[in-house]
Amino acid sequence: MTNPILELNDICYSYHSPKGETDALSHISFRVKKGEFLAIVGPSGCGKSTLLSIIAGLIPPESGEIHFASAPEENPEKRCCPRIGYMLQHDHLFEWRTIYRNVILGLEINRQLTPEKKERALELLKDYGLYKFKDKKPGELSGGMKQRAALIRTLLLDPDILLLDEPFSALDYQTRLSVSSDICNIIRSTKKTAILVTHDLSEAISLADRILVLSKRPARIKCDIPIHLTISGNSPLASRNAPEYQGYFNQLWKEISDENYIQLPQIARPASE
Amino acid sequence: MKTIYNSRKSPGQPLSNQEKYEYAQLRHHRLVIAVRFLIFAFFLAVWEFSAHMGYIDAFFFSSPSRVVLCFWNMVKDGTFFTNTGITLLETVASFLLVFLIGMLSATLLWYSSKCSEILEPYLVVLNSLPKSALAPLFIVWLGTGINTIIVAGISVAIFGSIINLYTGFRQVDEEKIKLIYTLGGSKRNAFIKVVLPGSIPTILSNMKVNIGLALVGVIIGEFLAARRGLGYLIIYGSQVFQLNMVITSIMILCVIAMALYQMIQALEHYYLKKL
Repeated sequence: MTNPILELNDICYSYHSPKGETDALSHISFRVKKGEFLAIVGPSGCGKSTLLSIIAGLIPPESGEIHFASAPEENPEKRCCPRIGYMLQHDHLFEWRTIYRNVILGLEINRQLTPEKKERALELLKDYGLYKFKDKKPGELSGGMKQRAALIRTLLLDPDILLLDEPFSALDYQTRLSVSSDICNIIRSTKKTAILVTHDLSEAISLADRILVLSKRPARIKCDIPIHLTISGNSPLASRNAPEYQGYFNQLWKEISDENYIQLPQIARPASE
Repeated sequence: MKTIYNSRKSPGQPLSNQEKYEYAQLRHHRLVIAVRFLIFAFFLAVWEFSAHMGYIDAFFFSSPSRVVLCFWNMVKDGTFFTNTGITLLETVASFLLVFLIGMLSATLLWYSSKCSEILEPYLVVLNSLPKSALAPLFIVWLGTGINTIIVAGISVAIFGSIINLYTGFRQVDEEKIKLIYTLGGSKRNAFIKVVLPGSIPTILSNMKVNIGLALVGVIIGEFLAARRGLGYLIIYGSQVFQLNMVITSIMILCVIAMALYQMIQALEHYYLKKL
């Protein structure tokens, strides 16, 4: 087992307002290995996004520690970029910039607009089929293309860990299936470590190596399920046909619905896709 | 619209639905412009006719021919150029200063929410205060010169402008600002990359309001403390019962107001086209 790239120890967080205190996270601890694809599922409003914001360093935890392992190949030049890439729910491409200028936004902010990086941006646009749209405005692209552009924007900063906060939930179902498999392939081929927050159980099973189930608020880790699908290595779409898929789905469904106090239907629920 | 003329090249052919639509649009557009001119011409004709027939007293109400004559005399003796020039200069100067001060203050308020919370009641009071009440103070403090008039122009537009711009800055999507932070950006990056470009429509509409208000302030200032300018001509003309001069000056003001507004409009069109 390789060393963990990210380690969370006993993270607690609560929101404060004049009306009082709301516990969001209670004693969250887990580790993520390099190259691992971790999915976090849980009932809505349980603090999944808060957890990602804490990992990304946007808000400090109230207690607990976060450790990042420094990669051996780390060079000083890389330090000026954030080590964590964060993909938000919406693409948030700016309508006043072309796709190319949107994609290089992160480089612009980190003062890394070197010719090599610009070259890399164009390469990525080519790889992900957006090259001929590089001078278009975001409004002229489909939802899936915009989400891919947003991914390129994140990847150009070369983050060690990618955080994905329900990045497909704003897309319609069909686009969602194809974009999620696209993005999964991109992440796998670049061997990035990724943490995906989602409420879609099938998405979690088909994309991730491991699934963390959070309880409802205040969120704690309810269970940690490693996923082993026999046709892994194929596309996430194909992995939905793996024989183990149904079992994982039922297990997750049970964990989540226990949490919501909903009775599991007596008839075995088919994961009809 | 251009396709209309192309389609005329083959006269035998019936119009396609798209061409019919474009043709209808063109006719509608021409009708609107024609009626606008007709209303103006009708108004002038009625005015001239009633003055000529003695239905209204031309000494008090003037008439289009007298206005044109007065305008011509003003051009000949140069009063048109000096007075219009000075009013334009004052208006443009106050407009630019309002823009500059407004942007700087709104930026400062955006940067520091503490600051904006502290200053909010002051801004509200100053914004709702009738600024003409301040004009006598400006005269005492600054004398009767171009400075007083420019300050009067600024005072009318500035507070509304700050509130408006600040509100516009605040309405920028929080998630877009969060995106900048996830990319490792600072608050300054968030302002330059998101808030400012995202607020350009607000800034442009604010400029349209400001140019009108600056003109209002300048005319108020000239009423009270000027030796030159269109506002001075209006007050002077009414005092010596030269109402031709008063109405001519008002007409010139109409044209100035429209021209200034159109300039901002052109800027807006340019921006929208670029987008």
